Amino acid sequence: MTGEGTILDIRDLHVWFRVYEGLSRVLDGVSFQVQEGERVGLVGETGCGKTIAMKTVMGILKSPPAQFPQGEVFLAGHDVLKMSPMEILRMKGRTVSMIFQDPLSSLNPVFTIGQQLIDVIRYGQRWAANSGRLSRARLARAAAEALTTVRLPDAERILKLYPLELSGGMRQRALIAMALVNKPRLLIADEPGTALDVTIQAQILALLRGLVKEEHIAVLLITHDLGVVREMAERVYIMYAGQVAEEGPVTSLFDDPRHPYSQGLLASVPRLTGKLPARGIPGTVPDYTEAPPGCRFHPRCEHAMEKCAEQKPPLTEAAGQRLVACHLYSGAKE
Amino acid sequence: MTEPILGVENLMKYFPIRSGLFRRVVGHVKAVDHVSFGVQEGEIFGLVGESGSGKSTVAKTIVQLYRPTAGTIRFKGRDLTGATKETMRWFRSQAQMVFQDPKSSLNPRRSIASILEDPLIVYGIGGSRRGREQMIRSLLEQVEMSGRYMYKYPSALSGGQRQRVAIARALAVHPSFLALDEPTSALDVSVQAKLINLFLGLKEELGLSYLFITHNLSLLRTIAGRAAVMYVGRIYELGPTELLFRHPIHPYTRALIAAAPVVTSEEEQIKPQQMSKEGEIPSPANPPSGCAFHPRCSVAESGCSEELPSPVEVETGHWVWCHQAGTLASAEGVSRAESGLAVVEMPGERAPLLGESGDRAEPASLG
Repeated sequence: MTGEGTILDIRDLHVWFRVYEGLSRVLDGVSFQVQEGERVGLVGETGCGKTIAMKTVMGILKSPPAQFPQGEVFLAGHDVLKMSPMEILRMKGRTVSMIFQDPLSSLNPVFTIGQQLIDVIRYGQRWAANSGRLSRARLARAAAEALTTVRLPDAERILKLYPLELSGGMRQRALIAMALVNKPRLLIADEPGTALDVTIQAQILALLRGLVKEEHIAVLLITHDLGVVREMAERVYIMYAGQVAEEGPVTSLFDDPRHPYSQGLLASVPRLTGKLPARGIPGTVPDYTEAPPGCRFHPRCEHAMEKCAEQKPPLTEAAGQRLVACHLYSGAKE
Repeated sequence: MTEPILGVENLMKYFPIRSGLFRRVVGHVKAVDHVSFGVQEGEIFGLVGESGSGKSTVAKTIVQLYRPTAGTIRFKGRDLTGATKETMRWFRSQAQMVFQDPKSSLNPRRSIASILEDPLIVYGIGGSRRGREQMIRSLLEQVEMSGRYMYKYPSALSGGQRQRVAIARALAVHPSFLALDEPTSALDVSVQAKLINLFLGLKEELGLSYLFITHNLSLLRTIAGRAAVMYVGRIYELGPTELLFRHPIHPYTRALIAAAPVVTSEEEQIKPQQMSKEGEIPSPANPPSGCAFHPRCSVAESGCSEELPSPVEVETGHWVWCHQAGTLASAEGVSRAESGLAVVEMPGERAPLLGESGDRAEPASLG
């Protein structure tokens, strides 16, 4: 049922957790799509559910405590929620792979970069249809090549180093090499480069953007850093409290946000032009065990109407190739 | 020119590197090397740089968490080098620090009230227990928190609330100066915006001066009146923030501003032309010779790797430590004729301490 070029299609996903206080309804009908080769950002602040969404896609949410009362998650045409653990394992690293925020904690400190990279290559080979086992020399060469593609100089030497011996930027590059070496169709990047310095982060983002364009790999970028999204993604989803608030092309959405939450979020970002950030958004993110009914943003929204507390606003088309989930726009098109 | 509330001159902080059986000192990490600047009363002075630039060490040395290796720190006219116990006690109540991570700077086993009571007891503020309780309530109010948080523990608070408590703790002793070390970088933007506005409000209300350390260029631009750009332990550019962003001269400053992740097209347009190439930040234990940025600089000449650049004032109050400063400044359209100023070369390590937010201030030294 997925479109021809859709690599990831999440439909009306609900994720609940049984916790001590009751039922924590984290994701409340989230839908989003990523096309093949497309770079999409999923943005939201701490606790908005973006990590839960990502973990669902990767099939790494333990159930229980997680419950999936509703929704489908199609990855390359197959519903992840219906996959067996073996099927999920097969798809990892090949259909979808992932890079994390902190490269040091996602690398094993007691193995060299080479050993870890070769493991990943072998893992990819294991599932490939037509391959025999590669010789040790071939594997080493493939590993060195992978490091060269992420522009790590002196690849042969770096293969013999331990993660601690590399700088933060080099570690992140090595991690990107591992994530891309088996040519996945979708790369999920969770706060990539956020732990790095700005000039190094800019280098890493430029590298990553180049590589995925070249290989036609789709990217789902999960971050709270709006600047990184603008740098990396073409299209963005703004999430608030387990709901998608707004969707659209990055530049037009950031220059002219429509949803009151997106507006508050964008206005909070200090600008290079020297414009002071607004006073932030009043109130705090709700507790998911007693999430507000209707639009979950309504208690913090200055435009809130009666309707907002009763009815969840559907994602509606608005001007500027935009989808906005807000009753302000759900009447007539602008 | 008024004397700055805080004057730092030729500040150095070297950490020994020890090695071998007898832990002999085999070298030094020059975390802070010949750093000079002044913070004017009521000013927000920004320090920007990447990791290893020494910006946090500067702050910690100023508030005397580290003993400086060399250099002088003057606060409200008093020299802190070899100061008496009383002077230091006075200074500690005058200058307070707020750290980046409120999770690790607040004791998880103590209630908010008990955290905030400590400084009051140490400095004998508030009198009786009842008086202190009153003080704690008003401190919380100052950081826009309700008194009902008094008996909660840090774990029950959100990141933004914890940072508010850390600010309240710093304000408890009625300081006039706060060193803020990345106080909002661990927080979400909407929370950051609230805190930034709180900082600005408190500054006006209580007449505070800030040393604001950040790696976020946009944040620096919005809140600091003047700022210094640090790289591997040294300052490479210093001036009114507006000028730093309008005419960034040093190739490192340009690289920083160009790399800043921005959200709007308008900001994209004001980014400067880059003059550097890909590279890593060098370790302060083994910095490149001469100008530390020369391996990444695309306009570097042979002299850059040999000699440290001297400061050059390219326009009023805007100093650059770069061998090519003159050329780069005229290319940038910073004409000396326009500002009516000659390019002044200052000898050796002598560095400028500047006056009020750049206008008409003459470079002068302290002490």
